[in-house]
Amino acid sequence: MDGLTPGFDHPATDAARAFRMVLDAMAHPGRIVTLDGPVAPAPCSQAACVALLTLADATTPLHLAGAHDCGPLRDWVAFHLGAPLVGPEDATFALGTWDALGPPAAYRQGTPDYSDRSATLIVEVPALSAHGTRLTGPGIETAAHLSVPDPDALRGNAARFPLGLDFLFTSGAQLAALPRTTKLGDG
Amino acid sequence: MTDQAYNFAYLDEATKRMLRRALLKAVAIPGYQVPFSSREMPMPYGWGTGGVQVTAACLVPEDTLKVIDQGADDTTNAVSIRSFFEKVAGVATTEATAEASVIQTRHRIPETPLHAGQILVFQVPIPEPLRFLEPRETETRVMHALEDYGLMQVRLYEDIARHGEIARAYAYPVKVEGRYVMDPSPIPKFDNPKLNMSPALQLFGAGRECRIYALPPFTRVESLDFEDYPFTPSKAAGQDCAICGASGSYLDEVITDDAGGRMFVCSDTDYCATRVQEASA
Ligand SMILES: [Zn+2]
Repeated sequence: MDGLTPGFDHPATDAARAFRMVLDAMAHPGRIVTLDGPVAPAPCSQAACVALLTLADATTPLHLAGAHDCGPLRDWVAFHLGAPLVGPEDATFALGTWDALGPPAAYRQGTPDYSDRSATLIVEVPALSAHGTRLTGPGIETAAHLSVPDPDALRGNAARFPLGLDFLFTSGAQLAALPRTTKLGDG
Repeated sequence: MTDQAYNFAYLDEATKRMLRRALLKAVAIPGYQVPFSSREMPMPYGWGTGGVQVTAACLVPEDTLKVIDQGADDTTNAVSIRSFFEKVAGVATTEATAEASVIQTRHRIPETPLHAGQILVFQVPIPEPLRFLEPRETETRVMHALEDYGLMQVRLYEDIARHGEIARAYAYPVKVEGRYVMDPSPIPKFDNPKLNMSPALQLFGAGRECRIYALPPFTRVESLDFEDYPFTPSKAAGQDCAICGASGSYLDEVITDDAGGRMFVCSDTDYCATRVQEASA
């Protein structure tokens, strides 16, 4: 198979360190962390690759959207994750650009008695910056700022709390998280 | 060095991924109980297998781990969990709250204020705060979904009618960000205010009941109360610690001799010893 780039050098400790970065990001919405590690075939970013190696496996159906739904990345998923490739409605994780991922309503939102059963979207963005939309809520002492795509749609997602999606924004080796609890202000 | 007979942090990678996914959802939905598939750990339930699994899923080799049991670092339970992670994760350990990056605890929050970047992992025996009202999980799930906490309020108010106060010294229920009612584990209600707006990340693991829940840093956590009967965290003792003289710390009563002599001392042994050391310096 083409495109079989390597996985983690030291799977247990590399995944442990990567998870701590993702946990740190999720616990501090808007905080930008760096995920060192291997790269997957284009157009997958390094941060998205490391996040998937850390969190996804054969038990987590994955939706590849748009340009990410390509042969080399499909092969990489099959080899490194074993995650079944599915449509948005069945996905535990989804990977793509904001436009390619499509409307948040297409994904699992959780149920009233199991609000955790919702999708996590890994959204590839051109750049991540601590400027932009004002963020408040759990994990944020006063306010944070983050460049996010489509603040209106993300406000709509937050309004569904405790249901809703959680987002990992990735660009190069950088990652920032936006759980459903974060309130988005202007800008 | 890690003992090579084990995978890093004991658990296999698939189990850690499952725990890590549950932890991220728990952080994303503060106070909500995320189910997970609990694994057999080389220690019995009641020894904090839920907390141990959460700690195992979070640890990195660079961590410094502290383990306390009822505030003490030197109980059998705390010592065995600490040496377990020294062996299977190769992490450094400490008794100093301020020096720890991860603290696993049973039934206390340290007196020394936690700082940003620290993770506090609670061992939880019964994660469901509504269980004493309703034994069926399907029903308590619905009550949480509907935010139906009226029965809980009624029961607490009955306490006040009977005892003149809410007769709960431990596991005093809290409401998280105005939404989910959560059991803070059997910490004394004295510790409840420390849950609120903590700069540290607080994670809760229940091994037997297979539940993980979380409080992200800077999350609003209110102890349930009533306008005419506001929550009071204080313990009635009104004593100072007999060893370090602290007036604001949580005290345990210890019997000192066969004649029934007794004294009150800090339950947080690191806090007490540090105060004694600083006083003599
Ligand atoms: Zn003392």
